[in-house]
Amino acid sequence: MKKFLKRYRGFLIAIVIMILITLFNRELGLKAIGISGYSIKEMIMIIPPVFVLLGLLDVWVPRETMMKYMGPGSGLKGILLAFFIGSAAAGPLYGAFPIAAVFMKKGVKFSNIMIFIGAWSTTKIPMFLFEMASMGTKFAITRLFIDIPGIIIIAYILSAVMKEDEIKKIYEDAEKFDT
Amino acid sequence: MNIALYVVAGLLLLVSFYKDRKKTKMALKKAWKAFENILPEFLVVILLVGLLLTVINEEVISNIIGEKSGWLGVFLAAATGSITLIPGFVAFPMTALLLEGGAGYMQIGAFISALMMVGIITLPVEMKYFGKKLAIARNFLAFLFSFVVALVIGVVMSL
Repeated sequence: MKKFLKRYRGFLIAIVIMILITLFNRELGLKAIGISGYSIKEMIMIIPPVFVLLGLLDVWVPRETMMKYMGPGSGLKGILLAFFIGSAAAGPLYGAFPIAAVFMKKGVKFSNIMIFIGAWSTTKIPMFLFEMASMGTKFAITRLFIDIPGIIIIAYILSAVMKEDEIKKIYEDAEKFDT
Repeated sequence: MNIALYVVAGLLLLVSFYKDRKKTKMALKKAWKAFENILPEFLVVILLVGLLLTVINEEVISNIIGEKSGWLGVFLAAATGSITLIPGFVAFPMTALLLEGGAGYMQIGAFISALMMVGIITLPVEMKYFGKKLAIARNFLAFLFSFVVALVIGVVMSL
């Protein structure tokens, strides 16, 4: 119970704030609750398949295979795969972090994980089609063309900024995520 | 798109179950543990989104991007995009409307880019996976990058 309270402290505080707002300003509070409800629905829709996939990935795909295709020394092949997997994804960015953790467990190269995150965040294929439809082809294609080098550059800057032992620590922490 | 994700996950789960029940059970157990591990952070994020989006609604965004112009407008657009969390399927029709309402391409470009790549609200979740330094550095670089996007979009769209 004590452990539960400690872990969910932030959530409980946020709920209390929400209740206080609703007491003082009913309209504002109800609106906030409505939007949160919508977000919870979105989360419930996207999370089960994402976590099932990462569980299967963890159990079935051997570390050696992932290392070979996306690990250190995977070169252009690894970059392209990271882009492809990230772009084929669906759902908000927070869905990408648990998958990144499994990638770390499987020995995927750090810069490739950052490319995967970048691709997931902004070059998703279904989203691109939608962007073309609502913002016009010129806008969407321009953004895609600047995003691709942008994602790679950000990934390599992050690889340079992070020290060896800092990256090692993040990889070690990823091991603990399903225990 | 969600349906496709469910179909893929469901099919793979079936194949996995057919091939090896024990391994499948382990995969599901891992999936649940990984989820339960991050659940408290997820819940906080969702409540924060609710609170923030009540304050920062479409009207506020339209004021920021619509009335002001130039790099201050770009900066404010990027900042607004960084703290909001709107699904693309809602955001694109909205930005299309904002454009019709007279917003600049640069500001819209910065807003969309920051909206997708920067996540201030989801930072607690990101930090849990990536640690403080990496999470902050990634978001900071993505924020700066939204200015590059604004510049390029501004130039290309005026051609």
